Amino acid sequence: MSDLFHVSSSPHVRSKDTSSRIMFYVVLALMPTTLFGVYNFGYRALILILVTIASCVATEWIFEKIVHKKSTINDFSAVVTGLLLALNLPATLPWWEAALGGVFAIAIVKMMFGGLGQNFMNPALGARCFLLIAFAADMTKFAIDDYTGATPLAAMRGGEAVNAMDMLIGKTAGTIGETSAIAILIGAILLILLGVIDLRIPGTYIVTFVVFLVIFGGHGFDWNYITAQLCGGGLMLGAFFMATDYVTSPITPNGRILFGICLGVLTGLFRMYGANAEGVSFAIILSNLLVPMIEKITIPRAFGLVKEAKKHE
Amino acid sequence: MNKYTERLYNGIIKENPTFVLMLGMCPTLAVTTAAMNGLGMGLSTTLVLVFSNLLISAFRKVIPDGVRMPAFIVIVASLVTVVEFLMKAYTPDLATQLGVYIPLIVVNCIILGRAESYASKNAVMPSVFDGIGMGLGFTFGLTCIGIIREILGAGQIFGVQALSLEWFTPITIFVMAPGAFLVLAFLVAVMNIVREKMEAKGKPLAAPSGCLTGDCAHCGQSAMCTGKKSE
Repeated sequence: MSDLFHVSSSPHVRSKDTSSRIMFYVVLALMPTTLFGVYNFGYRALILILVTIASCVATEWIFEKIVHKKSTINDFSAVVTGLLLALNLPATLPWWEAALGGVFAIAIVKMMFGGLGQNFMNPALGARCFLLIAFAADMTKFAIDDYTGATPLAAMRGGEAVNAMDMLIGKTAGTIGETSAIAILIGAILLILLGVIDLRIPGTYIVTFVVFLVIFGGHGFDWNYITAQLCGGGLMLGAFFMATDYVTSPITPNGRILFGICLGVLTGLFRMYGANAEGVSFAIILSNLLVPMIEKITIPRAFGLVKEAKKHE
Repeated sequence: MNKYTERLYNGIIKENPTFVLMLGMCPTLAVTTAAMNGLGMGLSTTLVLVFSNLLISAFRKVIPDGVRMPAFIVIVASLVTVVEFLMKAYTPDLATQLGVYIPLIVVNCIILGRAESYASKNAVMPSVFDGIGMGLGFTFGLTCIGIIREILGAGQIFGVQALSLEWFTPITIFVMAPGAFLVLAFLVAVMNIVREKMEAKGKPLAAPSGCLTGDCAHCGQSAMCTGKKSE
């Protein structure tokens, strides 16, 4: 043993967390949702999930081969992107369209901008919006138990009453992963307990959205309506798993709150006044674009610094 | 290569207005929803470009330097009006498709750019060939983008159903605005790869050419020029 102190530069405290470990936690937290989706929509959902994951991982590997970069598929982020993308697709989507979505997510939204950590937009949601515009008919064809029907959100927009309890459990039409609010919440609680996400973004998102609904929803303070709006569509999945993406959400604490408010207001606007019944994915990718500005105005003041006094003329 | 074919090669490949100079982006992105529209837009621009280069080059010694911009605009606008009426008379369908983008040829950067940087400083015949080369380069670029967007977005080539709709679902995003950006970006990337390959081989695509005055500090193309004199 040397008597010398061990001298090194910072950082001195290292966490065991690595990208791959966090991605593994996210996959684990998505399992209840995935399993319920497969149970709800049958083997087609399972095939679609496997196709998008394979397509995402393969695209990342091939892209990095072509541009002579070190392969990064071991960090599992492509698996998470593929899984999230699949959970955002209707189970009846043709498999080649889903595979194309995976290619778009990784090659264009993520790798073109420099790979994990550099993309300005959530890859899975970018690909979902690409598919929504590219294959509008296939992307809005929702079926459950071989019966094609409107999603609860679309039904509500049409003025029909919906069963909020069904929506909580998830026996409704929709994309593979969005139907069951309970399954998503189980995963979300797991992520919060593991410290992977914090409550600022999903919390302010949901609160802002509820406030927006009460004021502009036209139903006042109607619990059934609010619950149905919260559990319908991709709001729960988006709030806990996609808005909280490390790369595309603000890193400043106040920025996260502002980000959540933006999300809530945009989602409310899209759902109430937009052309479609759903608007979560567009709200999230639009807010993703605002992140650099949000971070700029919410940089915390370092301890001891005082605000520069206004100059007198 | 004599100076006329050099002008053609320069316009179509070396300084292609769409993929290298990045001029005239507005019609490039807006009208290329189908190959036919791209071709029509390209050819009508070519027509205007050839005649504007011809006239501006012929009058270059008469036009006072201080008012050359308004003079160029008057010449270009008159030609565009002629082309617009011709298209409305003989190709009414195409004229409807291209709509407001025909009158907008007046403000196309390629035309004023060539007038300012080439036609107003060179003799008539080289200017005409410069116009043909640049025009064909623009037509080539627009038609390429149009073909790719049409086949992906509608499964058609020049309006003929090439991919059967029985097994092909059109990727409609490609005939919409985002598709234009995606396809253009992709083609420019391909062009850059080709250029780097050529340069690595020792045959640079963008060799100093059309150097007009030797005055690099005041040359409009100095950003693109690889043969710049170091200052």
